[in-house]
Amino acid sequence: MSNNIETPAPAVQQAVDPRLLVREQGFSGYISEFKRKIRGGELGSLPVIIGLIVIWAAFAASNGNFLSASNFEYIAYYMVGIGTLSIGLVFVLLLGEIDLSVGSVSGLAAAIFAVLSVTHGVNLWLATLAALATGAVIGAIHGFVFAKIGVPAFVVTLAGFLGWNGLMLWLLGDTGTINLPDTGLIHLFGGNSFFLNGDISGAYILAAVGVAAMLFSSLSEQGRRRRAKVPFRPTSEVVLRTAVLAVAAFGSAYVLNLHKGVPNNLVFFLAALIICDFVLRRTSYGRKIFAVGGNIEASRRAGINVAAIRISVYSIAGFFAALGGLVISATISSANQGGSDPNNLMMAIAAAVIGGTSLFGGRGKVWSALLGMLVIESINAGLFMLGEAQSVQYMITGGVLLAAVVVDSLSRRTQKSSGRA
Amino acid sequence: MTSAPVLALRGVSKRFGAVQVLTDVELEVHAGEVVALVGDNGAGKSTLVKTIAGVHPIDEGQIEWEGRPVNIHRPQDAQHLGVATVYQDLALCDNLDVVNNLYLGRELKRRGTLDEVTMEQKASELLSTLSIRIPSVRIPVASLSGGQRQVVAIARSLIGDPKVVILDEPTAALGVEQTAQVLDLVERLRERGLGVILISHNMVDVRAVADRVAVLRLGKNNGTFPVHGTSQETIIAAITGATDNAVTRRQSRTAEATQ
Ligand SMILES: Nc1ncnc2c1ncn2[C@@H]1O[C@H](COP(=O)(O)OP(=O)(O)OP(=O)(O)O)[C@@H](O)[C@H]1O
Ligand SMILES: [Mg+2]
Repeated sequence: MSNNIETPAPAVQQAVDPRLLVREQGFSGYISEFKRKIRGGELGSLPVIIGLIVIWAAFAASNGNFLSASNFEYIAYYMVGIGTLSIGLVFVLLLGEIDLSVGSVSGLAAAIFAVLSVTHGVNLWLATLAALATGAVIGAIHGFVFAKIGVPAFVVTLAGFLGWNGLMLWLLGDTGTINLPDTGLIHLFGGNSFFLNGDISGAYILAAVGVAAMLFSSLSEQGRRRRAKVPFRPTSEVVLRTAVLAVAAFGSAYVLNLHKGVPNNLVFFLAALIICDFVLRRTSYGRKIFAVGGNIEASRRAGINVAAIRISVYSIAGFFAALGGLVISATISSANQGGSDPNNLMMAIAAAVIGGTSLFGGRGKVWSALLGMLVIESINAGLFMLGEAQSVQYMITGGVLLAAVVVDSLSRRTQKSSGRA
Repeated sequence: MTSAPVLALRGVSKRFGAVQVLTDVELEVHAGEVVALVGDNGAGKSTLVKTIAGVHPIDEGQIEWEGRPVNIHRPQDAQHLGVATVYQDLALCDNLDVVNNLYLGRELKRRGTLDEVTMEQKASELLSTLSIRIPSVRIPVASLSGGQRQVVAIARSLIGDPKVVILDEPTAALGVEQTAQVLDLVERLRERGLGVILISHNMVDVRAVADRVAVLRLGKNNGTFPVHGTSQETIIAAITGATDNAVTRRQSRTAEATQ
């Protein structure tokens, strides 16, 4: 990087606008800033966390078993498959686009894995690699047709939705179901695999590592900003944030330990979320995704290769679709014709939006996949306990999705009127 | 001028469908020179800027850079040569904050990841030299006023190490003080040996900082004048295409009225 043309003239004093809402120091400043953000429509994760608490309270009131450790273990375990699809969808939604093919691609990837490893006896890890690579390539094809030929993404991925489902059915053939042996990646993602074999210490080690990493990175960033004389988070805020994470992490660890420990597929899910969060917020690639989601023409003029970003994002969505397909097939120990159930697609989109990622592009976090799936899987588990039919589950999840998009649209409107969209 | 111009357009033409927007346009900018590009609304000034910046590739003609012919097909090509552009429509990403917009496409990195701290520090310094008041460099650009957005767009062209800076109506939305700052900035750029193309409808600003005035009329060159020794009337006549134009008629009317 070369120097800026401007070296600041010493005579110019820092211009401070008297109308500026100066943030008060310390904890009260944090609270008032928080209130201002809510009023400005920057709701972030707040609606979904409130929603989650309401849902848990409602189900707990109608069924005492809802708040049991085994139920939370069930939720944590079953949310990972569709949650993995949802990670890829967050990337696509950040561009302001949609991918309707992820459900079909996930089923196809599971079928490819099953046919290669079971029917043809290919090495398990090679078959895994082939399934994941297929997902990434399919995603790149969708991205190419969208970005280079200019077909709307909606239509390209709708074609993929049908086409890849057909290919999956053809691969699975007449029997329609291939049972998967409990080995390799399928074992790791399956229901019998726990972190450190379910040892009590495992969950606490994970929680401690997570909290320590957050505290360390917040403090080192605070120090760097302080030294550079740019605004930094007060220590009280750092402590508060870390404390909130610590309560959530150690609380979850405690509850999961009451049952069998932390399922390994959840560990993989969390690792994937952390990596994706890092890519989106800390790398120039992630920054480009947000830029393209905000203003395509401005991004192009800034020298960003918009087509490359689009193709790579669809490829990422395809990769996570395939990974999610393997997770789903591990939880049911087979690859079958239901693998590309369109409900998986709807749930994955719903999770991302419920979690707070905007349908309008340029706004969102990959953690939406986790928060949204917690909501959806809690509803599923709760209704299942109450013995409600699938029909009721769909109607309620549909209602929640509608509520989430309404919140998204309204918060966008508030942001516009307070000048933040 | 002894050396070759840093940027030269030779017979550049550009067509959009049935509209011939630019026809055989010639333009030269030397290092350390401010060229004002003037013309009526729709004359093709912004389109000319965009062809130089690589937003719209040219149909015919040649662009020369330091005497050598170059091809500019994409915005990246122009950036690599050292052309920095402030667009009339600003081209900012509303969802990103001020710092991210300033460094978009050329983020500073530290150990492979974004160096937000250094970017924020430099962004604040840069903005304070333009004496603009911005609530915070960490708020989304959408929440800034029109003039604040314009200053952000101008500041953005100064990041990196350009050799030619193109400003498309940079002061259109600015207050008195900010306009003066931008004009000062243009002079500083010239002192540093950069070539500047300044588009403006304000003849006072143009005469204050420009060395030469190039007039574009209906997509064609309509004369290039040195600022010193050319009267305002001559330039206006070139812009409107006639000595008898709305401007002169209005002047004579007001002159009669005051008599
Ligand atoms: N993308 C485009 N497609 C079709 N026509 C265009 C396009 N861009 C510009 N034009 C046409 O080109 C002509 C010149 O436009 P341009 O924006 O270059 O004018 P200008 O000199 O910058 O005017 P102003 O002073 O109002 O900014 C106009 O007639 C406009 O309609
Ligand atoms: Mg223009």
